[in-house]
Amino acid sequence: MTLSDTQPPLLRIAALTKRFGGFTALREVSVDIRPGERFGLIGPNGSGKTTLINCISGAFRTEPGTVLFRGEDITPLKPHQRTRRGIARSFQIPRPFRSMTVAENLMVALDFAAHEHVSVGQRRDTMMSILEQMGLGSKANVSATQLSQVELRKMELARAMATQPKLLISDEAMAGLSSSEVDEVLDLLLSLASRDITIIMIEHIMQAVMRFSDRVMCLDAGRIIAIGTPSEVMADKHVQEAYLGT
Amino acid sequence: MTRSSIAFWAGAAVFLAAVFVMTQVVGNQYPFFAGYIILQFIALAVAWSILGGYAGYVNFGTSAFYGVGVYASVFLVKAFGAPLPLQILAGAAMGALMGLALGLLTLRMQGIFFSIATIALTIVIETAITNWRYVGGAAGIQIQRPEVTAPFDNYVQMLFFVQALLVVLAVAISRYIQNSWIGRGLQALRDDELAAECTGVPTLRLKLLACVISGALMCAVGAPAAMYLQYADPASAFNLNYSVSTLAMSLIGGTAHWSGPIIGAIVLATTQQLLTVTISSEVNVLVLGVMLVLFVVGAPDGIIGLIARLRGNRGKGEA
Repeated sequence: MTLSDTQPPLLRIAALTKRFGGFTALREVSVDIRPGERFGLIGPNGSGKTTLINCISGAFRTEPGTVLFRGEDITPLKPHQRTRRGIARSFQIPRPFRSMTVAENLMVALDFAAHEHVSVGQRRDTMMSILEQMGLGSKANVSATQLSQVELRKMELARAMATQPKLLISDEAMAGLSSSEVDEVLDLLLSLASRDITIIMIEHIMQAVMRFSDRVMCLDAGRIIAIGTPSEVMADKHVQEAYLGT
Repeated sequence: MTRSSIAFWAGAAVFLAAVFVMTQVVGNQYPFFAGYIILQFIALAVAWSILGGYAGYVNFGTSAFYGVGVYASVFLVKAFGAPLPLQILAGAAMGALMGLALGLLTLRMQGIFFSIATIALTIVIETAITNWRYVGGAAGIQIQRPEVTAPFDNYVQMLFFVQALLVVLAVAISRYIQNSWIGRGLQALRDDELAAECTGVPTLRLKLLACVISGALMCAVGAPAAMYLQYADPASAFNLNYSVSTLAMSLIGGTAHWSGPIIGAIVLATTQQLLTVTISSEVNVLVLGVMLVLFVVGAPDGIIGLIARLRGNRGKGEA
């Protein structure tokens, strides 16, 4: 998107359209995500943010349009194949494995998505260190159903991290949290970004988006209406119209 | 080998030894006739819960797999006079293929749609067999048992022992699956299929694998039944009662652990056998329904869940 790019993009979305029957949720969306970038995705409710995430993670099939990840066309791949290539996501409404403990939730990711083959002991160590980073160390053996809302959000991110992603997509990980909890999750995301993980963050909390993002894209009715630095996008007339109405 | 594995295999060896001693010592034939049915249901329930319990895909097609196992034997005996081990192996192979076909056709459907498709499968296959003259058609077919070989002196006793072997095989496979990455993947997809996919679990492939293993075991369990009854007909081989009983046994025992279906099958099949003898064979169907309702309301996680809950409560009381 920007001309100063020298590195090839980590993720390239090209002319992506998604229809549900007669309704077009995404129209010809094209965007490049650079390696290491902190990318904010905003837009009013129903603008297509989560649909775009579903198209990137493979939950929805897209036609026409292509998704390229590290130069490879991943459009025909299933979600688990994309996860193994390094695309992880959290869900807007947390979807833990309810019959499992927090530790087991992460072990699923380590069993199925981890790139290198390591012993069970090593996998447990990795799992514990991710839980520690996420501040869930004491919850390892607690059932996923007994977590609080903020802990569930953290566990979703921890499980996504256990797949050892190169690209992490956080879908409204802060929705419904108190302001101190928002800061907690934001700090977590920033610390992950500092470790070479590219992050796409969908969020309604503008303060968080402004603080987090290198670049922000705003969707409205399935189209990109603005893309640029956070302050550029906030100043954009179309964005203000989309949020406040004309 | 871990300590629990040693305990498991020691238990299996003791069980098989006890069954073998029983065939040598007990003279009365009735315990073997009744015991065979109970063992058969244990193996069926354990096999069912690999797909129905671990993966949460409720399969009403147990009768289809069981019946195909029965008729695989009928065909092999009539065409080639095949021996029992070959009948069981061929049954397992047929079951695996059928599981794969059923899985490919139906596992993209979720929940109730899958269950309905499995009922349809039973009806389709039963109709096909009913119209196949070579294996007896609707009228059924008589099967001649071969001479029994040492150390057994009665064919039913031998079948009883063979079924015990199948039980051990089914339980060992189910236990292995539960404790391995396959079990964790199935559990994940049962909880949330999309979340499992996005965590790297190849859900369709795992469901197919579960369907193939479960189907192969169910057909293998059905294979000796032709020899057991010396007779086969489509209406009884594909009786929907097998599907319902197996499902009830697994759910009543509890599907969260490999031992659940064993407990459920022992409790239910034994009760049914006792009622058949003491009251009538119709009453046992009624009891099945009543028990299923009681458990769904009172203990949705089955006997295993009930035990875990009681233990949990006691633990809290002590703490």
